[in-house]
Amino acid sequence: MTEATNKKSSTLRFLVPLIIFGALAGLLLYGLGQDPREVPSPLIGKAAPEFKLPDLLDPSRSVSNADLDGKISLVNVWASWCGACRAEHGMLMELSRRKDIQLIGLNWKDDQADATQVIRMSGNPYQLIAFDPDNNSGIDWGVYGAPETFVVDRNGIIRHKHIGPIDPEVWQQTLEPIIAKLQREQPDPTSNPVR
Amino acid sequence: MLKSLRLFALLLVFSAAASAFTLEEFQFDSPGQEAEFRELISKLRCLVCQNESLEGSQADLAQDLREEVYGMMREGKSKEEILVFLTDRYGDFVLYDPPLKPSTYVLWFGPFVLIGIAAFFMVRSLVRSRAGPPSSLSESEQERLQQLLDTPPGGEDKPL
Repeated sequence: MTEATNKKSSTLRFLVPLIIFGALAGLLLYGLGQDPREVPSPLIGKAAPEFKLPDLLDPSRSVSNADLDGKISLVNVWASWCGACRAEHGMLMELSRRKDIQLIGLNWKDDQADATQVIRMSGNPYQLIAFDPDNNSGIDWGVYGAPETFVVDRNGIIRHKHIGPIDPEVWQQTLEPIIAKLQREQPDPTSNPVR
Repeated sequence: MLKSLRLFALLLVFSAAASAFTLEEFQFDSPGQEAEFRELISKLRCLVCQNESLEGSQADLAQDLREEVYGMMREGKSKEEILVFLTDRYGDFVLYDPPLKPSTYVLWFGPFVLIGIAAFFMVRSLVRSRAGPPSSLSESEQERLQQLLDTPPGGEDKPL
């Protein structure tokens, strides 16, 4: 063995474990940054699940997939018992002033009187509120907590799911860019999502 | 809808205080069916509590999902159909055993690959140490060593 290769192999001996250690540390650090409570939705890119629920405030009217057509919607899962929903309410009130999107509520596993009370006390940011006390549609939407917000495009396709409350930071960094992108997409008249 | 309402009413009747979760609220036709139900819900994860199965969780959502699984079983759906129903909605995360597919190859095979690499290096270093350390003696030293080795013990001039 010459001196050069000897030197090279001893450097390698030192470098290889260091590289392996660095890679592992990087991987674990990346894992630490991930929120294990955020379960990615398998529904992204698919048509919104079929649903037909009574409206919370006017049970004679129903809320269904037809209400999502032609508009960019935020479908917001909320309940009166959910503290984080209360925290996001102000932000939703602000968003409700925008004309380019519609807010649809999905009142989930809640009591009608309690839910109505919340709307009466703190204002109604929603165009429509689907009332789902028994989690009939929540299961189809893969809801596992509140608040959760689905971004649905004009063709009724779910494009994004946000888990947890919407605050100004989430809005500016995540949701608004997605909505701006959807704005630029022309509604596709040939697309008729299979339901 | 009507079906789930009826099921809900049935559950209300059977869950007296509904404070603690037991499987007694579910009625089964046979012990086999109950075993199948238990097996199914032990394979499914409660998404709120995450490290509990549907079998062990007290969470409200877990109860909903147990009812859903129970309802589907009563409708005669197969185990696979029920698992597909839930993974379609909640993703693979709802399963305790991740399915074998390209995105999970690392998870399934990674440890074996690492063990293989480690075994390769261990065997190689064992073989090397058995072969003895590489010689770093110069040629003249080598000759001298050979001479010493060739010399029988006990002195130079004594024949064997």
